[in-house]
Amino acid sequence: MTDYFNEMYQGGKVREPYARLQGWMQSMPAELRHMKQAEAEALFRRIGITFAVYGEGGDPDRLIPFDMFPRVFSGAEWARLERGIKQRARALNAFLVDVYGRGEIVRAGRIPARLVYLNDAYEKAVVGFVPSKGVYSHIVGIDLVRTGPEDFFVLEDNCRTPSGVSYMLENREIMMRMFPDLFRENRIEPVDSYPEILRRTLASVAPQKCDREPTVVILTPGHYNSAYYEHSFLADMMGVELVEGQDLFVEGEFVFMRTTEGPRRVDVIYRRIDDDFIDPLCFRPDSMLGVPGLMDVYRSGGVSICSAPGAGVADDKAVYTYVPEMIRFYLGEEPILKNVPTWQCGKADDLKYVLAHLADLVVKEVHGSGGYGMLVGPKATAEQVEAFRARIIADPDNYIAQPTLALSTTPTFVEEGVAPRHVDLRPYCLVGERVELVPGGLTRVALTEGSLVVNSSQGGGVKDTWVLAE
Amino acid sequence: MLSRTADNLFWLARYVERAETSARLLQVGARIALMPSAAGYRNEWESLLHASGTASGFAKKYGEAVQRNLESWFFFDRDNSSSVASCLTAARENGRIVRTALTTQVWDALNGAFEELRQLERRPRSELDLSLLTDWTMRQAALVRGSIDTTLLRNDGWDFLNLGYYLERADNTARLMDVKYYVLLPKVEFVGSGLDNYQWTTLLRAMSAHRAFHWAYGGEVTAAKIGHFLILNPQCPRSLITCVEGMNFHLDRLSRNYHRKTLAQDKARSVLAELAEMHVDDIFEEGLHEFLSRFIVDMASVSQVVRNCYLNGDVR
Repeated sequence: MTDYFNEMYQGGKVREPYARLQGWMQSMPAELRHMKQAEAEALFRRIGITFAVYGEGGDPDRLIPFDMFPRVFSGAEWARLERGIKQRARALNAFLVDVYGRGEIVRAGRIPARLVYLNDAYEKAVVGFVPSKGVYSHIVGIDLVRTGPEDFFVLEDNCRTPSGVSYMLENREIMMRMFPDLFRENRIEPVDSYPEILRRTLASVAPQKCDREPTVVILTPGHYNSAYYEHSFLADMMGVELVEGQDLFVEGEFVFMRTTEGPRRVDVIYRRIDDDFIDPLCFRPDSMLGVPGLMDVYRSGGVSICSAPGAGVADDKAVYTYVPEMIRFYLGEEPILKNVPTWQCGKADDLKYVLAHLADLVVKEVHGSGGYGMLVGPKATAEQVEAFRARIIADPDNYIAQPTLALSTTPTFVEEGVAPRHVDLRPYCLVGERVELVPGGLTRVALTEGSLVVNSSQGGGVKDTWVLAE
Repeated sequence: MLSRTADNLFWLARYVERAETSARLLQVGARIALMPSAAGYRNEWESLLHASGTASGFAKKYGEAVQRNLESWFFFDRDNSSSVASCLTAARENGRIVRTALTTQVWDALNGAFEELRQLERRPRSELDLSLLTDWTMRQAALVRGSIDTTLLRNDGWDFLNLGYYLERADNTARLMDVKYYVLLPKVEFVGSGLDNYQWTTLLRAMSAHRAFHWAYGGEVTAAKIGHFLILNPQCPRSLITCVEGMNFHLDRLSRNYHRKTLAQDKARSVLAELAEMHVDDIFEEGLHEFLSRFIVDMASVSQVVRNCYLNGDVR
């Protein structure tokens, strides 16, 4: 049994950031806890924060389980995380501008050309185009795990449209509503400026042709999408329109939205749909979600698209291995946050190692997400391991492997009381004219005892994440 | 505002109002059915189906018009797009799409109605008598309406919501009155009889206007007075003229705020002009049913013009 780092208790003592939670926890008998839990659930349902899990039947309006026990960082811990996250977000954007331009990093032999230019996410339609302010990825969601007091690892980068930020904000709202005393006793950095900073970030990357206060919109695939609540929540908090593809059209050099007063020009589109769907004329011709002609306007500087088409090449799980290299190459700095050692099954030596140690490793598809299509070696049965072995051998390029990390745990309310459960962290870094990060993020927790998979689609829950003011 | 947003608000209001009408229709039907029926005129429940415009759908699914089936049809049945359940579900879906255009209170009212509806659907039918269902529906509709009135920003979205409400209510008042036509049509000699008055009174009750009517008119209940009250009296909150005045008020606000007039204002104004000049005798001379049918067509065309001028996204 691995020894996991418990973020609250170390050597029989309570770690400083959690000091004031000890008493709070003890003052909550089971009855009160159940009452509060029911209250939280009712609040989430009333607000309408639900998500859809497809293809499993049951209630389509499902709630992500919310755990009331907060996850806490000290100011000093956060300061270091913040430097590391911003560093990474800057390097990823520099990489994107580079690989759609001269490709210096490839010429310098620091990353294989094949991984970049033959990557499915490499978007030939935007080669040579530099987006406004040189930013491709405006919202960078970096998934982090912790294994010790000072040990943080980046699990993956999300450069396209990371979701979940509405939970960061709503979890906090609900905690403040239910436990105001906690917020009086602890000095907790607020996160509620996120929507305003996001709006400012988006407005700061308005296209060259925009000569006025930019009109920003959020483009959603529609109300059947599992993240629709988040789309409408952000639009509401930012005070911008939430549009679907059918609400937009291209005329001349610009994009317009259909309003009750006639066409209105749109300058910045924060899209929450994939590259493939945004313009049927440029990408998938069968897309009903996109806007025909959008890419032409984009490339001629009539509209900004956030994240920029093509940003996906930076958050590929194979390219991930090279992010520390990007940080050294573009910023001339040493990476503050570590990468998880990663074996690329596409490399013969790595493949040999992976196949030999399959039962100890976590194996993921290069383009997989949501915890689907992955193997957690130590938790899998012998048959599952063998089945996965066959899949890897059939298409080695499609898989990477990592050691099974000893994810840290935090106290979590469970049926029997309070017990440690594994967590990860997704902060949301905003990149526009400036690089900004609100002090907090989304903590996901694996509610099943012993489980290391925190994805909501696999029975994970969420927690409020605190950063204490120094 | 986005045309699609305006369209969803417009329909949200229409669905809530329509849910209420279906409940009111049930109420009328149940009360009329309590009267001993005289041979020679149609089944009262039949008349309801005709007035609601859903007779053929019902016949296909249930055949004979008995009260229990009618309750299912008007309240629970998802195959009936005008049933309370269908309308409240659709209204909540419209609301979900335009969450950002609604206040928490309005959303709460819509979502709360939906959640309670799901609970009602799970309860055994023997526990649910008709008045419980109709009262519940009217209370939910009032909650939505009230939260709109007290919390929503009075911007163009508010105008589109109210346009939906007034158009739907005008249409529905006309249809409720038309029930009378279907009940009494074959026997002219019933006009003015005690039965006739009983039915008119029931109609008033269904519109929650029974006492209001007595305050406004007093004395004997006559077809002419009721016709006047429900069609031409601007004091009655559900009268046709009140609804048409409401439409004009909101269309005028839109044209002022948008600095532009459209065909919608012209069309609504011409309907109002006709009603304002009308005398109740003119209506009975034309024939109540004929007048109401014409009015329902008028409302459909106002609705179509509003759609073309604001809601379909092709506005230039």
